[in-house]
Amino acid sequence: MSKEKYVKDLEEIKDIMKRSSRFISLSGMSGISAGIFALAGAYAAYKMVLGNQALEYDKAVLTNNDLTTLLIIAGLCLILAVSSGIFFTSRETKKRKQKVWDHQTKRLLINLAIPLVTGGLLCLIMLFNNYVGIIIPMTLIFYGLALVNISKYTLHELRSLGILEIALGLGAACFIEFSLIFWALGFGALHIIYGVVMQIKNKS
Amino acid sequence: MKELLKDLNKAFENKIRLGIMSVLVVNEYTDFTSLKELLDVTDGNLATHLKSLEKSKYITYVKEFKGRKPNTRYSSTSEGKQAFIRHIKAIEQLLR
Repeated sequence: MSKEKYVKDLEEIKDIMKRSSRFISLSGMSGISAGIFALAGAYAAYKMVLGNQALEYDKAVLTNNDLTTLLIIAGLCLILAVSSGIFFTSRETKKRKQKVWDHQTKRLLINLAIPLVTGGLLCLIMLFNNYVGIIIPMTLIFYGLALVNISKYTLHELRSLGILEIALGLGAACFIEFSLIFWALGFGALHIIYGVVMQIKNKS
Repeated sequence: MKELLKDLNKAFENKIRLGIMSVLVVNEYTDFTSLKELLDVTDGNLATHLKSLEKSKYITYVKEFKGRKPNTRYSSTSEGKQAFIRHIKAIEQLLR
């Protein structure tokens, strides 16, 4: 009985444990593409609506028209980011010869959805009650919480990404006049950086 | 040295049995098909090893139906978990 056999055994055990309990096919590319769409969305929002007005502390004058434009931009961003995420992730699962839809994916999505849907509903409630300013910080915070929540079922790097998103969200809540910049940093820049880091890690 | 070897469990000498235990220790339960795919083994081979682990009381199973298809969910017993941890610790000691 050689030592090498046991070293190999241990490695195999670790690999099986990881493969069986975590969803590991998140591709760095989905982070990069989501980041790019977020940056484009933030830029469009700034150009079309927010750039037209003098920004003063906790005061932004939004007409109903502006609000509709912003919501359309936000919706488009979300749809594009999510569908590109699904595309790159399912490509990665195929490459790793794993199933896209198994109980790990299900567990991941449910745990992602709980904080995310809560946050989304709260944002809508705030919107209907005209607390528009708090919405951008809240999207960052709830997204961060959702990431921290799922990090135990997937790549553990998502935990630090989530904590950074929460910090940016709190920052945005302190400086609401700059919240779009915080949002672009959180959903845009951080996603791109994270995606690039993951791609490099995967290759090595 | 003898002390160490005593902790190395015969039941886990086999690769497939070791693999089954690795999966069942970190997951609440896993069904037969997922185990088969994870470990890349044939039905018969997997069944034999599952049976032997069952005999040692290291794993249990629940049979249920998903629609019309039978579905067997396996999970590790606390006895099995402890035995597995002792086995890993013995390996680590041995390698030190």
